[in-house]
Amino acid sequence: MDLHRFWAMARKEWIQIRRDPRSMILAFALPPFLLLFFGYAITWDVEDIRLAVVDHDRTAASRKLVEAFASSGYFTVTEHVATVAEAEEDLVRTRVRGVLTIPVGYDRELRSGKGVPVQLLLDGADANTANIAQTYASAIMARHALGEVLGGRKPAQLLRLEPRTWYNPNLESRHMIVPGLIAVIMSIIAAMLTSLTIAREWERGTMEQLAATPVGRLEVILGKLLPYVGIGLFDVTMIVVAGIVFFGTPFNGSVLYLSVLTLLFLVGALGLGVFISAAVKSQRLATQVAMVATYLPALLLSGFLFDIASMPTFLQGITFLVPARYYVAVTRGIMLKGVGPSVLWLQAVFMIAYATLGLGLAVTFFKKELRA
Amino acid sequence: MTGRRASLLRVRRMVAKELRQIFRDRMSAQMVFGAPILMLLLLGYAVNTDVRHVATFLVDHDRTAGSRALVDAFTASGYFRVAGTSDRPADLGRALDKGTATVGLEIPAGFEADVKAGRSPAVQLIVDGTNSNTGTLASGYAAKILQDLSVRLAVTSGVAMPRGVELRSRAWFNPSLESRIYNVPAVIGVIVLLMSLMLTSLAVVREREVGTLEQLLVSPLSATELMLGKTIPVAFIAMAQITLITTVALLWFDVPFRGSAMLLTVGAVLFILSGLSFGLFISTLANTQQEAFLSMFLFLLPAIILSGFMYPVDTMPRFFQELTLLNPLRHFLEVIRGVFLKGLGLRELWPQLTFLTVMAAGGVLGATRRFKATL
Repeated sequence: MDLHRFWAMARKEWIQIRRDPRSMILAFALPPFLLLFFGYAITWDVEDIRLAVVDHDRTAASRKLVEAFASSGYFTVTEHVATVAEAEEDLVRTRVRGVLTIPVGYDRELRSGKGVPVQLLLDGADANTANIAQTYASAIMARHALGEVLGGRKPAQLLRLEPRTWYNPNLESRHMIVPGLIAVIMSIIAAMLTSLTIAREWERGTMEQLAATPVGRLEVILGKLLPYVGIGLFDVTMIVVAGIVFFGTPFNGSVLYLSVLTLLFLVGALGLGVFISAAVKSQRLATQVAMVATYLPALLLSGFLFDIASMPTFLQGITFLVPARYYVAVTRGIMLKGVGPSVLWLQAVFMIAYATLGLGLAVTFFKKELRA
Repeated sequence: MTGRRASLLRVRRMVAKELRQIFRDRMSAQMVFGAPILMLLLLGYAVNTDVRHVATFLVDHDRTAGSRALVDAFTASGYFRVAGTSDRPADLGRALDKGTATVGLEIPAGFEADVKAGRSPAVQLIVDGTNSNTGTLASGYAAKILQDLSVRLAVTSGVAMPRGVELRSRAWFNPSLESRIYNVPAVIGVIVLLMSLMLTSLAVVREREVGTLEQLLVSPLSATELMLGKTIPVAFIAMAQITLITTVALLWFDVPFRGSAMLLTVGAVLFILSGLSFGLFISTLANTQQEAFLSMFLFLLPAIILSGFMYPVDTMPRFFQELTLLNPLRHFLEVIRGVFLKGLGLRELWPQLTFLTVMAAGGVLGATRRFKATL
């Protein structure tokens, strides 16, 4: 390992990146664009659920119930229809997500204290939305029903629940998405930037020129990685700042700790990218492998949107191979929870192992000597 | 030989050449048929929004039969499981920080006595909001459980409580509200889009980079024949892939199939055509394979995000909702989910199929013109 040669290699790579407008766009323009795009497009807050109402009672009391749904903010009453059949047709065509049916005699039964059933029919195809709608509906009903019966007095219940939400008090999906996006975006950028770097040398024939120089494998790999690590750190800083400025994402933890773990993540991800391109050698396959191996796992197996805890055990095992999994835990832990090494040490250990592995594989598989 | 037959023969030769190129090495063949199945299995399990057995940290200051009954009500619901217990609330905080528990439940001392005296004791529920979806559902379930228990306790302890409105909810198409049934068909659409883009986007630019494009140009193949030769094999491979993964999905995941296979096939052909022509379009625009790959990626990212695959289109801001109309994946997902889950037919799905037809036709026309212009 010669520092001078390593430095020369890094400079060469940096000059190549700087001269290639596509690499520059990829490195500097794409990450903030992706953050803004995803940050605004991905909203998981279920609000304004479209509801059709079939009010068979048509009394002041039944209108009050409908009003309770409409004013909750969770439901929008888009249609008042006369028959259940019409409403069901709307449900089949997904024009509405649910149908609220109020029976004849609602007002009378309610006043007699015998209890009235009100039916909510949901489009269960989208189970998650249906589940949330059900949750909201029963909360509205509970509040409304008690208020009605007790004649406007404060609703009382035998047991009270005092719910509190930590880390994200208003349960805004944005605060869950922005820190996770850092990990997803950086996985993509790292894989795209590096998976082509060595394959490019092969296909353009410049590998022979590299082979003719006295540079060793370790120097080539580390020299190639250095500019990308620098770019990656810059990107993460940019995304974090943009997240705080545009989306109001909290930052409760330590900047230093985030930087150290980001460095580890980048070395691993970039090393893995170099490994893929060195092992595969054809650009076509390199791109395909990089895509299958990074983008979808980072999006789906990292815990970014889908809880790892609700996956089957074997899949939970597989998520340990997805580096974004650790990094999502790190960015969320530091930004939202404000936790430090005492909680995140396990992630740190895994990320060190992963960085070592990525670098090791890249160096081992990179064969500088030309094949016959 | 007539001109038309000669032309057909040329296209057939070209198709044979393309197929040989795709399946030349074992790795590519594995990629073409192995990767979709692998992805289906992985994604089919991963894309899951069901909130069940939420890890709950319990701090029970009361330790009576009454407090145990409350905990039982939580665990018996299937939504919660006790992941740890302690006497100190600080431990609860640590468990949430670490992520070993998602929910904390704290039962106050004197809980049972308060219930008996009708003093309405307050149970504390602390929810980890980092995953807002899980947080929303978990607190909703908890509220429901407590409410039901409240009513039950009122009945058994003889406290007279007037009965009011009862909500009876029922879900159509998916009564047990399992998210997998909704997501597995969508995974099929995502995989097919990914594969057809991958197979076509490098098709032309690769020949250009390797230098074989000139050889093809001096051959008697016309531009249209060349394009047919490039698309037909990929279209067949994509159809084979979708058949294969749909079969695997039906056999492996317990997904209902309520509609017509014919309608799904029509939708799939249109969807694949629009995907292919887009890939081909990229391929003619790009100068290098790297550029083609990046363009494809930049199309695929928003196509997946703005399709309704992971979260419903209705919850997006209006601008993005309108943008989704340009996305073939969005329309195909509505078709495949409608056919699988709701058994919808042409009567309901004609708007989606019209969109797909327009996109497929526009795509093929645009790609052909681009193709002729490049050559």
